[in-house]
Parts: sequence; C-alpha cells; structure tokens
Amino acid sequence: MPHFASLYNFACWLTQDRVAAEDLVQETFVKALKGFSSFRQGTNFRAWIYRILRNTFLTSRAGLKAAGAISLDSEDESLAPELGQTLETPESLLLARVERETIQRALEELPVHFRELILLCDLEEMSYQEISVALDIPVGTVMSRLWRARRALRAQLADNPKASPDGGTGRAVR
Amino acid sequence: MNCAEWQNWLQMYVDGACAPAEAQRVEAHLLGCAACAASAMERMNAKHALRAAALRYTPSADFHLRIEKTVQRGRARWPWFRPSGFLWLPQLAAATAALVLIVASAALWTRHVRNEQALAELVDMHITTLASAAPVDVVSTDRHTVKPWFQGKLPFTFNLPELKDSGYKLLGGKLVYVRHSPGAQLLFELRKHQMSVFIVQQQPGNAFEGSGAQTLRERGFSAEGWNQAGLHYTVIGDAGAADIDQLAVLLRSAASQ
Repeated sequence: MPHFASLYNFACWLTQDRVAAEDLVQETFVKALKGFSSFRQGTNFRAWIYRILRNTFLTSRAGLKAAGAISLDSEDESLAPELGQTLETPESLLLARVERETIQRALEELPVHFRELILLCDLEEMSYQEISVALDIPVGTVMSRLWRARRALRAQLADNPKASPDGGTGRAVR
Repeated sequence: MNCAEWQNWLQMYVDGACAPAEAQRVEAHLLGCAACAASAMERMNAKHALRAAALRYTPSADFHLRIEKTVQRGRARWPWFRPSGFLWLPQLAAATAALVLIVASAALWTRHVRNEQALAELVDMHITTLASAAPVDVVSTDRHTVKPWFQGKLPFTFNLPELKDSGYKLLGGKLVYVRHSPGAQLLFELRKHQMSVFIVQQQPGNAFEGSGAQTLRERGFSAEGWNQAGLHYTVIGDAGAADIDQLAVLLRSAASQ
C-alpha cells in the first residue's frame, strides 16, 4: 500500500495516540478509495493522500481541539528581515547536545500546525510544493510557517535542553 | 542583497527547494560569505540531526493486515483506484489477474447484471461528488465555459443544451475515469436536486450496454442511460424519474445538433 508506513508515522505524530492514529489511517484509506475519482491523474498522489489524512485529522475531535488552540494571525509570507535575525544558539549544536527523548518531546509539544510542517519537510522530505498541496496552503506560507516552526522548536530545546523524560510536560505517544 | 535578505534563500537551499540556477547563485554567495556559509551549515546539520533523532512509529502487523483487507474490499467496490508506484506492483498484479478473471467470466454474465454494476459505480461516483467540498473542477453555469474546459482533456467532445427557462441549472463539470476510460461528469441542479451526467465513449462494458435507452433505479437514485453518436450518456440523481428523463431529453436534443 502506498505510503502506508509514512502515513501511520505522521498520524502518530499528529494524534499522539496509536489507537487514534490507526483509526485515522484507516479512515484515510477508505476516503481515498471512495474519492479516487477526484484525484487528478498526473498530479502528486503522496500529497493528495496526506491531505486527506490531515483534513480527516482536523475534523476529528482531537484535531479540532489542536487546531482551535493556536492562532495563525500575522502569518506574513515575506519574512526576509525576520529571517535575518541572529540565531542566539546554533541550532545544530543545540540539537547535538540534547537527548533524543528531549527532541521527541519538543516536537510533540509544538503546536500541531508547526509540528506537521517539520515532519513533512524534515522527516518525509517533501518539497514545498508537495507540502503546499498536502496542507492546502500557499508555498509562501509553507516557507514562513516552516521558519516559525523551526524557531519554536529551537526555543523549546533552549528552554529545556536536558530535561529528563519524567520531568517534562510532553505527552508520549500512548 | 545583504546577508539578512539571503536567509530566505538559505532555507530554500537547505530544503532542496531551489531551482538549479538559484542553487548556483546561493552557492556562489556562500563561497564569498562566511556568515551565510556558517548559517547554511547550521541549518543543514540541524535538519539532519532532527531527522536522526525523531522517532518513526511503525504500524503493527495486525494493523497492516487490517488496512490491506480494507483496501482489497475497497478496490473490489471502487476498481478505478489504481495509484501508481512500485509499492503497488504486487497489488496491481493481483488486480490485473482479477480483472482478467472478470473479463473471462463476463461473457457468462447477463446484460442486466452488467448494467447494474456499471450503474452502481456511477452512483458511487455521484455520491462522492456530492460529498466533496469541491464537487467540480470547472465551476460555471455557462455551457460555453464548461464545454471548452474539457478541450484537450478528453478524446471526444459533446454538446451541452441551452437550459434557459427549463428549470435546470448547470453547476460545472470535471474529468472522471469510468472503467479506466476518461469521461466527463457534469453537475446539474433542479429545485435543489443535484444530478450528474456522465459522458464516456461508447464501448462494451463502460456503462449500460445496448443501444436503447434504459431507465433504472439504484439505492433510491433514478438513472437513465443511452448511446448516441458513439458516446454513452448516463443521467443520475435523486430527483424523480420524470425530471431525470426531461434532462435526458435536453441532452439528446443538444447531442443531435
């Protein structure tokens, strides 16, 4: 099945619950099968099916709660001046010295609209164009939101770089 | 361009989003700018470190099996689901084998059964369209906008009727695949009832066979199908059979012009 394992991984990161992730993936495949006639041949199938999964998540109870808790105000697509700000802590050094579990927790604690961007770009290695289709946002917004997501992740790690697994507030995937 | 203005390009470069010419321009700048080169390196390292650290959740074998069954059941019901990709090759081979079996045994089926199956598929497509947030790809009530939209997308063309004073309204259309053949799905409305019209090339098995018009019902939907000038037309909707027939009459009239 195409992208099955990747979709499941993405669903786990979104829902942070294995049972909910299984339900989400199952519903995604059912919807994809039913609505395949709406898929345009020659366009990107991976982006299409990720979009179904993501939209299904956003209309679930957990997704509505996650989406309702954040604000996308002032999402400016022209971020050049902001991007030019000096990075106070080199990101790679920070990532190198924090524990793997801390990175996991920092990712889990990111707002869902940041988390999904980092997952799709850095883990799934999707292009901006694919992410744009999967998340139904313009490419410019992909770039600006990705930059904000990385900044938020860096801030999470800088705040608590060596937290023990028991000491944090993050939720492990059940 | 100063270093602050280059940051946007650095992010694109690290994410592999630059076109070749853009990437060359960024690399030329990095060769002469230590600050930006360091920034790009940091971003690259961070990206790799995150990828290495982030856990990949793996589905259980039971769940894998469950989804496979779901897909197999779905494929039997929605046979046009044939996404490309090497991961699908075993399933495609199985689907092809299944298709060969279906074709081989098709001669034994009655025309009635074939028509019912074709109709069930089209009804499924009609329902899926109504449930979609974007039911049509070309949204227009103007037949002179909708018909040209299909130019170059279909290996045939068709006429749409003048609907003025008829009570029917054209909502738009989209490209569909019926039994692996491209076709047009047009959406019409009559008193809040939405009706789909499927137009495909006439060939055995793609929809109702036979030369005469047929009126059928499937799960409460009314349908009427006929062949005309090498094309097969099917009208489906939850309106009454008379309303479906009236739209069919308009389409027949347009097709004969």
